[in-house]
Amino acid sequence: MSISLHQISKTYKGISAVQDISFEVKPGELFGIIGPDGAGKTTLFRILTTLLLADTGTAVVAGMDVVEDYIAIRKSVGYMPGRFSLYQDLTVEENLQFFATIFGTTLERNYELIKEIYEQIEPFKTRRAGKLSGGMKQKLALCCALIHKPKVLFLDEPTTGVDPVSRKEFWDMLKRLQAKGITILVSTPYMDEAALCDRVALMQNGRIMEIDSPKKIVEKYPKAVYEIGAGERHKLIQVLRDFPYLYSVYPFGEYVHYTDSRSDLDIPELEEYLKANGLTGIYIGLTEPTIEDVFMEMAKE
Amino acid sequence: MKDNKVIAVKNLTKRFGDFLAVDAISFEVKAGEIFGFLGANGAGKTTAMKMLIGISKPSSGEAMVAGFDVYTQTELIKKNIGYMSQKFALYDDLTVRENITFFGGIYGLSRATIKEKVKVLVTELKLENIIDQLVGALPLGWKQKLSFSVSLLHDPKIVFLDEPTGGVDPITRRQFWEMIYHAADKGTTLFVTTHYMDEAEYCDKVSIMVNGKIEAMGPPKLLKERYGAGNLNEVFLKLARGSKPNE
Repeated sequence: MSISLHQISKTYKGISAVQDISFEVKPGELFGIIGPDGAGKTTLFRILTTLLLADTGTAVVAGMDVVEDYIAIRKSVGYMPGRFSLYQDLTVEENLQFFATIFGTTLERNYELIKEIYEQIEPFKTRRAGKLSGGMKQKLALCCALIHKPKVLFLDEPTTGVDPVSRKEFWDMLKRLQAKGITILVSTPYMDEAALCDRVALMQNGRIMEIDSPKKIVEKYPKAVYEIGAGERHKLIQVLRDFPYLYSVYPFGEYVHYTDSRSDLDIPELEEYLKANGLTGIYIGLTEPTIEDVFMEMAKE
Repeated sequence: MKDNKVIAVKNLTKRFGDFLAVDAISFEVKAGEIFGFLGANGAGKTTAMKMLIGISKPSSGEAMVAGFDVYTQTELIKKNIGYMSQKFALYDDLTVRENITFFGGIYGLSRATIKEKVKVLVTELKLENIIDQLVGALPLGWKQKLSFSVSLLHDPKIVFLDEPTGGVDPITRRQFWEMIYHAADKGTTLFVTTHYMDEAEYCDKVSIMVNGKIEAMGPPKLLKERYGAGNLNEVFLKLARGSKPNE
């Protein structure tokens, strides 16, 4: 296993940050930790990158113990923290050289690995890091995290605050790094990014609620999900809440997602009910559950 | 200008030297509408919004916001709009009650009105147990709901929301959207800027800015049909990469 955690817990000032976390990441896997702010994602990353000691439990990264072998681990993992942490006053090139020197390597030695990413920021190599756009900062940070050819790459919310085009490019880059044999642990608060991982852990309030492939996770969802639309969205939600067979209703973009407490939903009956309550332009259709549906169902329990 | 248009923008332009940050954009937003103002980083969203809220003077073009002119009536605009962003939030070192009172005071509400507002918010948001707690100790979801409520304190015609639901858990996020729907039902216009396309899916109408220009505008459903896309993210990627719609 590339990463293996066994019953890891950490408490800050009496508040539990992560609790009893166990999971394993296979070599070459792209593994996602999906959860909102405060779920404990960053605490987990800091424990695995040897920057924080867990209260209890053990963790092994690239075959080494995070406590006993912390120095060796630091040489063989790459870490891109959530907050931009390069030197703002150094240029793109200077940052790269700095990190290469720290890790006892040179830009040239592992150039092949970062070539594709670096070429996109090379035209700005004399610009100070602080003056780069969000997308470019992110690419530079990734280059710095890869400069010593790590076996395992830790990326903490790399796409937070980044626009859709840069996000798409970033995930494409991750797929290519994965193809080169690097194990990747990535965290994100954006549920739609789960589908891009081989396996994901759904995390909330310091606990893991589920671990599996994104496909299997949605397959396990026990209920049929209907998308319902009407001219009056706010009223639609309120009226559905009063429907006697309601199991759950959540706004979902232009529709709401509705599940029924019975095994079979009588669509004409529900439609009649909505009409009787003054709703217009009603649409009811079966839809596929998403990771968010699953997440909300689990978080409720 | 008709009364139900709370924002009317025509050929609004902002130039910084040779650089056209906002290039002759035009759009209208109605009362009670949830309008999504989308664009990549650097597309010109922030510059355009600064002109609308009266803190940056346009180079040319026209814009009326809440019935006031962006050239000559910026102070009146500021009094008639609300603003909420994750970066500009509440004071962590004040309690919930103190924050409400403080912002109410800033907007010139009387003590009696503020007291009444606190009462309403306590009931609506179920704040009984946290009203005298420091805001800094509250979870992110609470802070967001609260800062949205504070942006509505002075009954503005328009509230500008900057990436309102980033980072919160999916359930809290939906509670937040219900608050937005509720405000829209009461006639408040919500102007949402975001580059998260799933947030944009909740809007009645969206515009997508690319390189200073509005490249597409309409209800999410219509844009998805027009560009043959399953979601707004795909629409955005097609536009931002310069492909043409399927006609």
